[in-house]
Amino acid sequence: MNYKWNWGIFWADNPEGSGTFFSTLISGLGWTLGTALCAWTMALLLGTVVGVVRTMPKPWLVRLGNAYVELFRNIPLLVQMFLWFFVLPELLPVRWGDALKQMPNAPFFTAVVCLGCFTSVRIAEQVKAGIQSLPRGQAMAGTALGLTLPATYRYVLLPQAFRIILPPLTSEFLNIIKNTSVALTVGLMELTARTRAMQEYTFQVFEAFAAATVIYLLVNLVVVQGMRRLERRVAVPGLIAGSATGGH
Amino acid sequence: MFSQFDFNVIERSWHYLFFTGMAFTLQLTLLAMSGGIVLGTLLALARLSSFRVLSMVAGAYVNFMRGIPLILVIFWFYFLVPYIGQWVTGADQPVRVGAFASCLITFILFEACYYCEIMRAGIQSIPRGQVAAGYALGLNYWQCMGNVVLPQAFRNMAPLLLTQTIVLFQDVSLVYVLSMPDFLGAASKVAQRDGRLVEMYLFVAVVYFVMSYALSSLVKRLESRIAIIR
Repeated sequence: MNYKWNWGIFWADNPEGSGTFFSTLISGLGWTLGTALCAWTMALLLGTVVGVVRTMPKPWLVRLGNAYVELFRNIPLLVQMFLWFFVLPELLPVRWGDALKQMPNAPFFTAVVCLGCFTSVRIAEQVKAGIQSLPRGQAMAGTALGLTLPATYRYVLLPQAFRIILPPLTSEFLNIIKNTSVALTVGLMELTARTRAMQEYTFQVFEAFAAATVIYLLVNLVVVQGMRRLERRVAVPGLIAGSATGGH
Repeated sequence: MFSQFDFNVIERSWHYLFFTGMAFTLQLTLLAMSGGIVLGTLLALARLSSFRVLSMVAGAYVNFMRGIPLILVIFWFYFLVPYIGQWVTGADQPVRVGAFASCLITFILFEACYYCEIMRAGIQSIPRGQVAAGYALGLNYWQCMGNVVLPQAFRNMAPLLLTQTIVLFQDVSLVYVLSMPDFLGAASKVAQRDGRLVEMYLFVAVVYFVMSYALSSLVKRLESRIAIIR
């Protein structure tokens, strides 16, 4: 092979003059994790609301929830990213659109909103499945004790449902970290984008990609370990936890 | 609200969009699905094999691929495939590989990991007695898998395999990062040429939505039909 390896490249100065290529990658990791965490918070809130709505005894609410899920599930993430970034500012009234376009860190906010909505749909599916996996008697017992419907969800159904769906939620969290890489198309300088920039500048293709791969795998490992500890801490004695499923 | 938009751009470019863009997307989806299911089934067999080294290697490969973003894998293979070609053929220059072939290899190797997990669940859902019965009839490993276990596993997992294929169909849009003319890539080229981003991206979203929605409705119907038979 006539590829010239140069592992020392990570300690060379980057073209922006802000340190070494290694520090470039680490700051990319920072953007990846920051975006993923913000989007995750949004996805968890939205997803819980939509998931709960879809288990309500009101047919029109269920249909609304289903429509929301179908909308965000049947459009590719990259297309959704473009819709939020390029299309939305043009459809809003001119003043709002201009304000959106001039916003500092627009790629970051776009990525958070886009990934938040995209992932909320998957979380909604799991929250719904989690609630429906509980015995019907749980909700009835709540009502019999005089709890209102919101209180039944808050104190009886959701605490159990979330414990059951923790494993699939873990894989969704891993997915959202990986999916942040799609935001490089709207200019977010996250880990994959930085890797790509480093590769274009230095031509050290495989070193750059190998470093990014190792960083992603390490993040994966840390998240999986952390979630395992969380699962053990909140486990309900006597229940067998649900099993994880894929998707990306 | 739509008064300042020019939706004629779609009429002007639909031939290119569908016969170049969508054709690319569908071709890649179907080929990657076939390759992915074959490789994924082999990986699943390897993961369930009683031969420890084989199951560990297959498991490590699947977990590795599932741990990194698809975009990164696309970039990896775009640069790596020429060197692999050189290594395989023993040429002294990196082999020039077409963009389509490079994408196809990427998607087969990547999606195989997801198909593998589905097939593994499918194989594990078959009662052990089936395998035992196969061996008792004097079948060897491949005959038993090929004639007894896999046909049932495929049948049980057909809805999940198809759902994963819809995900694959949507994931193909990511080849945009290599400026390939897939459906999204073609639309974005027209959009940038004519300065019609809004119209084009909305159109792309609608087409993807209609196709994915129709496919997933079909999968749901299939699911209920299979459920009745069992």
